[in-house]
Order: sequence, then C-alpha cells, then structure tokens
Amino acid sequence: MNIVVCAKQVVDVGEIKVNPSTNKPVLEGIPRKISDIDKNAMEEAIRIKEKLGGKITVMTVGPPDARERIKELLAMGADEGVLIEAPENADYHLVSRALARGIEKMGDVDIVLCGEASIDMFSGQVGPRIAGHLRIPQLTYAFRLEADEGKIRADRNMGDTMVISESTYPVVVTVTKEINEPRLPSLMQILGSANKPLNEWKMGDLGLEGEAPRVTEVDLSGVSMERKNVIFKDDLDEAVNELADRLAKEGVTG
Amino acid sequence: MVLIYSDTEKGALELLSKGRELADAAGRKVSVVITGPDAGSRAKRFIEHGADRVILAAPSLEGFKAEEIADVLEGIVKDEKEDVILISSTKNGKELAPRLAAMLDAGCVTDATSIDIDSGKLRVERTVYSGNAVAKEEFASTPAVITVPGKAFDPLPPDPSRTGEVIEAAVQPGGHGSRIIEVKKMVSEGVNVEDAEIIVSCGRGFKSSDDLKMLEELADTLNGVTLGCSRPIAADLKWLSDDHWIGLSGHKVKPKLYVACGISGQIQHVAGMRDSGIIVAINKDPDAPIFNSADYGIVGDLYQVIPKLVEALKARK
Repeated sequence: MNIVVCAKQVVDVGEIKVNPSTNKPVLEGIPRKISDIDKNAMEEAIRIKEKLGGKITVMTVGPPDARERIKELLAMGADEGVLIEAPENADYHLVSRALARGIEKMGDVDIVLCGEASIDMFSGQVGPRIAGHLRIPQLTYAFRLEADEGKIRADRNMGDTMVISESTYPVVVTVTKEINEPRLPSLMQILGSANKPLNEWKMGDLGLEGEAPRVTEVDLSGVSMERKNVIFKDDLDEAVNELADRLAKEGVTG
Repeated sequence: MVLIYSDTEKGALELLSKGRELADAAGRKVSVVITGPDAGSRAKRFIEHGADRVILAAPSLEGFKAEEIADVLEGIVKDEKEDVILISSTKNGKELAPRLAAMLDAGCVTDATSIDIDSGKLRVERTVYSGNAVAKEEFASTPAVITVPGKAFDPLPPDPSRTGEVIEAAVQPGGHGSRIIEVKKMVSEGVNVEDAEIIVSCGRGFKSSDDLKMLEELADTLNGVTLGCSRPIAADLKWLSDDHWIGLSGHKVKPKLYVACGISGQIQHVAGMRDSGIIVAINKDPDAPIFNSADYGIVGDLYQVIPKLVEALKARK
C-alpha cells in the first residue's frame, strides 16, 4: 500500500490567550504541534502498513519550522516526509490543491489519510477537498478501518447514524480521535528519523505558482471568556452551602 | 443565485430563510435542490417557505452518498450559474461541501454563524481556535460554498399563497468506487443535551460507571436535569452514549446552568459549553483549567462534595 498521511502544524489551542487591550488572540510564542487527530491518521497508516506492507509518506503544507513536526511523524513510523511551503494567505483551496497536486506528483497513491479536522480551525475541509480535486471516493469520520488488498472498509460516525462503507483504491479516508491510540516513538526511532528523507516542494514545483486564495480573512477577534471565578476551597460544608445560596440567588436551580 | 441543499427538510427550511434574505438584497432567486424518488411531493413545502424554484434531481438516488450528491450539485451549479451554495452543517453536509467546493475550484467556509453581503462582498463569520476567536472571512470569487449549523436561522413562516417553479434537472451522478453497506442508528438514550436547561456533567474524576448514580441524584435534586459528559466518558469508557457528549466534536450546549463534576476542562470540552449561563465546577485539582471557565467552583473530592451539595440543595427546597 502506498499511503500518504496529510498532517498540519497547529498552535496549541489550549495555550491561546486573548489580549484584553486589542481583543485579539495572541498566537505568537504559542507552542506548535501536530494536530492531534492527524496523529491518529498516522497511527492508522502504520497499522495498515504492518498488515499489508508498503510505504508511508507524510505531507504537510506549512512554514519552514513545520520540518520539526514532520520529524515527529517520521519517528513514529513514516518512511518519508514532504513539506510544501505554504503560500501567503493560504486558504483551504490553496492547501488542498497543493496536497492534491503533491499526491499526483508522487503517483500511484492508494490511500490518503487525514484527521477529520484540525484542532485549531476544525473545518474538516482538507480530506473531502483532496478527494474532490482528485475525483476519487472519500470515507469520512472513520472510527474503525479494515484495509485489505483490493478494498477498504470503514465504520463511520455520522452523528445520528453509524454508516458502514467500503471503497476500492485510491481513496481518501478521514479518521476520528476514537479510532486508535497513537504510539509514542522510541528513542531509537527518534534518532533514526534524522536519516529519513524530507523533501521540500514549493507551489511552483506543483504548477500552482500565483494561484489565488478563494477566501481571505478580513478580521480575527478574540472571544474572552469572562466568568465570575468565585472558587470555594478548604471547608467543604461551608463551600456547598455558599454555592447552594449563590445558585438560588442566580435563579438557576430548576 | 442562491442554491440550497440539506440532507434534512428542517435544515433546508432554515437555510431558505437566510437564502431568501441574501437573494432579496440582490433582487435574485433562491432554489432548493431535492433528490430521491419522492422529491416532487415535497416541493410545495419549500415554495411556501420562501423558495422561488425547486430543482428535482437524480430520482434514482436513495440515501446520502457525498460523492453522488456532489456530482449532482456540481452539474446544477454550472448549468444554473449559481453564486452562493448554502448547505447544512450536518456530518453529511460537512463532507459534501468541501468536496463540492474542490470540484468547482471554489471557496468554502464551514459552520458560518453569520452571512452578509457587505459592499458587494460576501462575508461570513465563524468560530475558530476552540471558541477563543471569531474569524471574519470574505469570498474573493464565486461560486461560494457555505455550511450553516442547525438553528442558526429560523425558518420563515409558511405562506400557502406563494408560487414557484418546479423543474427537473437532467444531471446524473457518476460512478464511484465506494458504496454504503449498512446504515445503523447510533446507540442512543434519546437524550437531547442541546435543548436542556440544566446540565450536570461528568468527566474522568469518576472512578466507575456505578458512581454516576451520585450524579443522577444531584440531577434529581435540580429537578430532573440532563446528564452530560466529557469525551472520555462517551468515547473511551462508553459509560454514557454519544448523545451525552459535550465538546468540540460532541454536542454544543447553552443551558442556563452547567455543572461540571470531575472534568479537567480541556479546551475541546469548554468549546462545547462556553455559552452556558452559569458554569459550576467541582474538581479536586485546584489548578484544573475548568476553574478558569467557571462562575463558581469548589475545590474538593467530588465523592464528598456531591452528596453534601445534594443535602444543601434539598435543605433549601
């Protein structure tokens, strides 16, 4: 199986603070990481490779420092990495166009694995967009996968319903966080990842020089969570009585 | 101008309300696409709720497969030169919209909370960074594909005297290598946390599923409120069904009172309940992030706090 895992470098959303004077979220200086659900996609790719053999390539559209993130996935078990330099004002159109072209450039890809969405933006566009660009089938929101030589079967969480689907190859599969527990690389794997190939492509290499975004961000404003933050500790009896009084006063006790 | 598709009738009626407004501002038309064998019988209802035109397509299609619906919509958008495509933000809609956008080389925004035309530019807002920010985005080209969450807009009142056109589209879906084998109802306890007024919610702080009885007692004391939970309780431990799951990938709730017991307050959980009226947190870890999101908090072992709180609430009845 020739597998591509699409992974995104994101800010650690839990660390974001809103600057009260500008009302903008502060994104500078926040640690970067691989979007959690993309690690589930990576783990699933490793399991498929363990069963059927093949090769795993990690593909990322991002800034130069995303190299370090790709190395984490090489340590986890990917054979090769590709970093596509993110263009200015990259929107979902540009990112997924670049990934789709990258996949075409590689040739003979059987499975494209993505997380259902990235944890920063949670749009869930990239997987279905790649499938749309390549005009191949998509199995979305998979929480269980069974890959065989000729076809792949997915149990999919579609909200009110669970849909069991199968597809021939090539196919795009998006996975949920429930599908598996991503493995931690060993020290040997971390050291070994430095010797694995990590290619860098530019939009121009993919025939996308000057391609324009379809959607641009015109404003980003912070939503501060203002809460009373009245915290009771120490004496529990006093605390529950105080809380019960406050809730009664707020008129929310049913 | 505006084309609407939803996998549920309710969703289509909500989208029609916004679609009508956008089309009226431009003096243009709103069309609804319906697929499947008995589509014609449903057309009138959409016209009464604001559609100028109902497009019946692919009568042979049963159920929902994103690849097929995307083919049908792509054909209609191109033939009819539609500018704005509104799709419900159900799971089906959210796998359909980006696929369709890619096939049309179009922009797409998912989960738009507002949609407006501002000096001729189509602008939308959506929540990003787990609820920490709102992004305002502008489409640089048409067609524009937008998904809209349920209940974002109220359906227009039906007007039985409205007239509209019902047409049949010739476009057919292509063949695809995927197929649906089975559709099952998700395990459900029939709980609707999204409409609940008071929610008592549990997380990892509970040691066993038997202990949820304690939570039910607190719920009873608060007059039969709804039980919620964080991701591990539903997704990993499966003590409660997914209907109880509150968070970014679970349900989004806004009760007047939300009581988080033994929930650490991961941002993905907070994203699902941050619009609640009053938030109460009970957690033994004084540094748990949930306290930053709480109006009132008690630092203590929930196994001691909950029974005492039940007594205190009962004493005030």
